[in-house]
Amino acid sequence: MTTTTQPGIRPANATGKITYTPVDGRLLDVEDLHVEFHTDDGIAKAINGVSFTLDQGESLAILGESGSGKSVTAQAIMGILDMPPAKIPHGAVKYCGVDLLTMPDDRRRWVRGAEIAMIFQDALSSLNPVFPVGWQIAEMFRQHRGMNKSDAQAQAVRLMERVAIPAAKERVKAYPHQFSGGMRQRIMIAMAIALDPAVLIADEPTTALDVTVQAQIMSLLQELQQERQMGLILITHDLGVVADVADRSVVMYAGRLVETANVYDLYRNPAHPYTRGLLESIPRLDQKGQTLAAIGGLPPNLLRIPPGCAFNPRCRMAKDVCRVDLPALREVASGRHSACHFAEEVIDA
Amino acid sequence: MPEIILPKASEIGRSTTSEVILSAKDLVKHYPIKTGILRRTTGHVKAVDGVSFDLHKGETLGIVGESGCGKSTLGRLLVRLEAPTDGSVEFEGADMAKASGRELRALRRNIQIVFQDPYTSLNPRMTVGDIVGEPLDIHPDVTPKGGRRKRVQELLDLVGLNPEHINRYPHQFSGGQRQRIGIARGIALDPKVLICDEPVSALDVSVQAQVVNLMEKLQDELGLAYVFIAHDLSVVRHISDRVGVMYLGKLAELGEEDEVYDRPTHPYTQALLSAVPVPDPTLRGKREHIVLQGDVPSPANPPAGCRFHTRCWKAQERCRTDVPELILRPDGRGEHFSACHYAEPRAVVDTVDVTDVEPDERFADTDVRDPATIAAVEGQPGMDGPVQDAEGLVEETPEQRAADMSSLTMHDEGHPGKVEDPRP
Repeated sequence: MTTTTQPGIRPANATGKITYTPVDGRLLDVEDLHVEFHTDDGIAKAINGVSFTLDQGESLAILGESGSGKSVTAQAIMGILDMPPAKIPHGAVKYCGVDLLTMPDDRRRWVRGAEIAMIFQDALSSLNPVFPVGWQIAEMFRQHRGMNKSDAQAQAVRLMERVAIPAAKERVKAYPHQFSGGMRQRIMIAMAIALDPAVLIADEPTTALDVTVQAQIMSLLQELQQERQMGLILITHDLGVVADVADRSVVMYAGRLVETANVYDLYRNPAHPYTRGLLESIPRLDQKGQTLAAIGGLPPNLLRIPPGCAFNPRCRMAKDVCRVDLPALREVASGRHSACHFAEEVIDA
Repeated sequence: MPEIILPKASEIGRSTTSEVILSAKDLVKHYPIKTGILRRTTGHVKAVDGVSFDLHKGETLGIVGESGCGKSTLGRLLVRLEAPTDGSVEFEGADMAKASGRELRALRRNIQIVFQDPYTSLNPRMTVGDIVGEPLDIHPDVTPKGGRRKRVQELLDLVGLNPEHINRYPHQFSGGQRQRIGIARGIALDPKVLICDEPVSALDVSVQAQVVNLMEKLQDELGLAYVFIAHDLSVVRHISDRVGVMYLGKLAELGEEDEVYDRPTHPYTQALLSAVPVPDPTLRGKREHIVLQGDVPSPANPPAGCRFHTRCWKAQERCRTDVPELILRPDGRGEHFSACHYAEPRAVVDTVDVTDVEPDERFADTDVRDPATIAAVEGQPGMDGPVQDAEGLVEETPEQRAADMSSLTMHDEGHPGKVEDPRP
């Protein structure tokens, strides 16, 4: 957690990377994060006190439906929220013990990309259409490492080969539109891992892709994570992908964590009615004659989050206390947390 | 060329009867590629290239495939939103391609379509009553004059919406509610066939189940036959009696749901099924993953012979030249349609029969009505989401989902409190 050189986008010597050292393998500490959006209709509370950690080599899934705040959490960690309308009234995002939210802009920019990198859902709109892909990958090395053009280009080819783009040498000068969706996502991954980041955030990395391509991309991500011992934050709404990839998962609802657990416990024995309902409502490839059940209602409007537990209007277990008291995220079994007044009943169910 | 597919003995039963209602015969749709200032045709995109199947009364035929395989074009051909380049669609024996004018209009009444995107497939300037009632204006013989409003309200009730919301506009509804409006429009003329093109893919997981259950209920009550086009193999398995797998404009495999999912014989189906993640971490590392090399070739220049041979691990010399026919091939227990020279069953999904397992009603339920409507009708306290509250935030298309909350201000334009009556 010490900085050895003066931080900046371009360190004086090519290898003079500012070093952040994780303490006991802990990479990220998100503490009581709040994010709100100021709109004409009022304040939308997108994130209302989210805390979690990420260790080296760990895969953490953030699971939630649209509007649950999972992408906003990622954007807050990356520091790419548009402020305004967004505002972070409270909370800390500590990377190796250093709070990113209070860090000076230039150092934050250095951390972004070099230490924490992100992959977005839509690779086509995340790449610049007027520059060759190789140039865009090489830009990481030119900007952050101060490499010259030809060295950076050589690095770009090496990375394209690493993410298994066929004929990388020939295609380094091709433009984004000349690649398929899966190949574009590989280029995004190449850019993200270019500077050997310690944390990789993947925001719905395969949602726009076909299922066979999704399998290829997810296995590439897992392979890279293991090879580099990165901490991976996987943001998704797909319960299948989480079951395949993650070690641990946090479930978000209306800007709060409603449950955290390792994935085995989470699927075998959910501790929150929302998680339980989600699992009842998805059709499974390996089940025949399944009766689907749906969670009634809709996620709340973030401008008017109901008092008490935000899930109470949709919860079939809700009692009077749920409409008044906001349940805190508490440990309900070893290593498992749930924000439900009746978590024990849900686990036993 | 594939034989005309006759129903097999095994297909008779459950919701499938032997009565063929819709029949696609060698359907072909080629789109010309035009280049240069003279707009000369230099090639063709072979979107659909020889697809034949029968749809039986009251059954659900699922069509799965990855993007670009031609499944949506197939759907549009079946309702004749596109004219086929070759081949025909027969409804109860009458050729739709030959019909025109009044005859075509009468045929079309029986085949309706529901689109994927509930945000763009409803005209924002029309009220729900006008959207759902429009088919009745075009086909005045279906509803007696003056009965339109009553019929529209019946339809809204049928799809689980509050009939009192007949004068509201699409933006006042959530994504799931809008898809219900699309379905109400689809069934307004009491069709016999409903083509559903990715009807639940734009919806959030918890809402998907509501709409899928609604579609199943409507099928039981109205005796509808569905062609359910989707890329999600789990949803398709759940809803379909029979399933067709498409690859590059052709059917690779066609059979009963358990024939295709439990005993697939086409390598493409096997690869596709093995790639679908299952929400059960205990299966991690235990399932067989068949990883396909490369990408789907361009439909403008599909490979000769078997279209899958460029990515197939079983491909032989013959596959590069001979087009495999979609014919009955043994699957280990019986036989079903497969278009592979070397068709061989390979189980990639370990199926558990959960027919007798009831969902835990304490956490989720099987009521097919729209939840906000239930709340309004039954006066349940605190049930969130009366339609006035519905706004773009609650469900988004995948594109919008990318922007998620950071685009909040954009959604504000759609907030019901601010929008004025859009009628001139």
